[in-house]
Amino acid sequence: MWLVFIEKREGKIKKSSLETLAETSRRAEELDLEVAAVVVGSSFENLTPLWVQGAKKTYWLKGEDLEVYSPEIYAQVLYELIQQIKPEAVFFAGTALGRDLAPRLAAKLRVALVSDCTRIIISNGSLLFVRPVYAGKALLTLKLKTKPFLATLRPNVFPLKEIKDENIAPGEIIEKTIGLNYNGPVAKVVEIVREEGAELDVTEAEVIISGGRGMKAAENFNLLRELSTLIPRSAIGASRAAVDSGWIGHQHQVGQTGKTVCPNLYLAFGISGSIQHLAGMSGSKVIVAVNKDPEAPIFKVADLGVVGDLFQIIPPLKEELRKALAE
Amino acid sequence: MNLLVFVKRVPDTESKIRIAPDGQGIVEEGLNFIISPYDEYAVEEALRLREAKGGKVTVVCVGKEEALLILRKCLAMGADEALLIKDSAPESFEGLRVAAAIASLVKQRFPNFDLLLFGKQSFGADNAQVPAMVAELLGIPQVNVVVKLIIEGRNGVAYREIEGALEKVVFSLPAVISAQKGLNEPRYETLKGIMAAKKKEIPIIPIDELGISEDFLTPKMEIIKLEMPPTKKAGRIIQLPPEEAAKEIVRFLREEAKII
Repeated sequence: MWLVFIEKREGKIKKSSLETLAETSRRAEELDLEVAAVVVGSSFENLTPLWVQGAKKTYWLKGEDLEVYSPEIYAQVLYELIQQIKPEAVFFAGTALGRDLAPRLAAKLRVALVSDCTRIIISNGSLLFVRPVYAGKALLTLKLKTKPFLATLRPNVFPLKEIKDENIAPGEIIEKTIGLNYNGPVAKVVEIVREEGAELDVTEAEVIISGGRGMKAAENFNLLRELSTLIPRSAIGASRAAVDSGWIGHQHQVGQTGKTVCPNLYLAFGISGSIQHLAGMSGSKVIVAVNKDPEAPIFKVADLGVVGDLFQIIPPLKEELRKALAE
Repeated sequence: MNLLVFVKRVPDTESKIRIAPDGQGIVEEGLNFIISPYDEYAVEEALRLREAKGGKVTVVCVGKEEALLILRKCLAMGADEALLIKDSAPESFEGLRVAAAIASLVKQRFPNFDLLLFGKQSFGADNAQVPAMVAELLGIPQVNVVVKLIIEGRNGVAYREIEGALEKVVFSLPAVISAQKGLNEPRYETLKGIMAAKKKEIPIIPIDELGISEDFLTPKMEIIKLEMPPTKKAGRIIQLPPEEAAKEIVRFLREEAKII
């Protein structure tokens, strides 16, 4: 059996967790293995998405100390569950939480962990993991020698299963009340501070509208925000030059010292395309770049490159998009 | 405060990577190496904490002897001491080996530490594993990807970056913190610092003298191959009046890319 850790945010199951479940259940089928989900804490309203994405059963861990995420406690309860049910592999979505929790669990289990896997291959019955390294400048294929296998899967890479809810039979729910065996010191989340207007992170967005040095000033990022309000599930990205100029927060930075992203569409405005920026975004499914300089390196990776002044192109683009999306 | 900072020597982030013929690693020859960018924020934060509260900053690197260069840089920035855990093994992309070395070192030589600081991930392996693994091996709390840190007495408050928001996390010392860009603006080395750093001795401890148990040191991953990612073929480039360019972008997104 394979186990997939399911993460929630404000009671809702995270899409990246569902992607992880979908992909691992597709691969598990090839090996004739079952996939189970594990959820921690009581506030899960609806488990249907788990059955839809391929879970056959769900372990539901409940207990007083489990309502709020703490890496120390969550690693401990997962460790105990793993000792009981002995899964062959445990998967996490490579989110902020997954990347925080999985290594702690790996150290407890004394096993290797694959971070940020973008492909799982089954070759002669054994599992191979593929992941970008050097910020996407190279791809590493590896095999794990310790069990259970542990991996985090990069968000936005793996497709969800498109099956209608009513065609899915609910799986088995196994509730476990965990008496906590952890009395070490813990880090406790006491508050979540939202960034104003930024609902979606660049790592989770389906469309990224990104600005670089060519944006010229902080207030010009409003042009991109206006485009973003037109496009569903879009987020604002930025190059290092824009972030270092103080025009926008570093959490928007795409590239080697920022985030590596793989949206369906990457719209780059005034970004020349340094090596380190390209490393972070060239995995995007479609890239459209607008830049004044016809020699800009970004045009080498763009599916559509538009040579021109972004300040002249954005206003009519907004109108065209509005028309197209209204239809 | 007794502050320990862990840094890694990595290829310059602006450099082009070449794959070694055996497909097991990169060609190091001709590459410029630097301190991993996020580690600089960790060094800076430790220096600021020392300046505010007194104490000592020790910078530690696990790696080859060439890494002495980045340790000198940290001394020149103002660290009090530096130490190299010499490990000649090539990049294994595994976190646990390094984490075990660090945990052993801390237990043996720095039992009275207050804070362990790391970069949120190293450039290259891009794992973001070692800080959490060290925290687990030492049984202390962790806060990763931190953009703001406040220490008051034996308690800390850290703001950690998550998707589209920050988590405010409280913890007690000793603890592990990993730094994200935004935590601070790292200082440059001063000439005086560089001169002083040259005179300092940097102790070298071979990794196998740390008494790390075999199950940590045996490789847990097998590298099948390292390769260049498939190159994206360049698309079409257009140069049109703004209105027509805008129309063409929307037409492309709609008819060719089928995104909107």
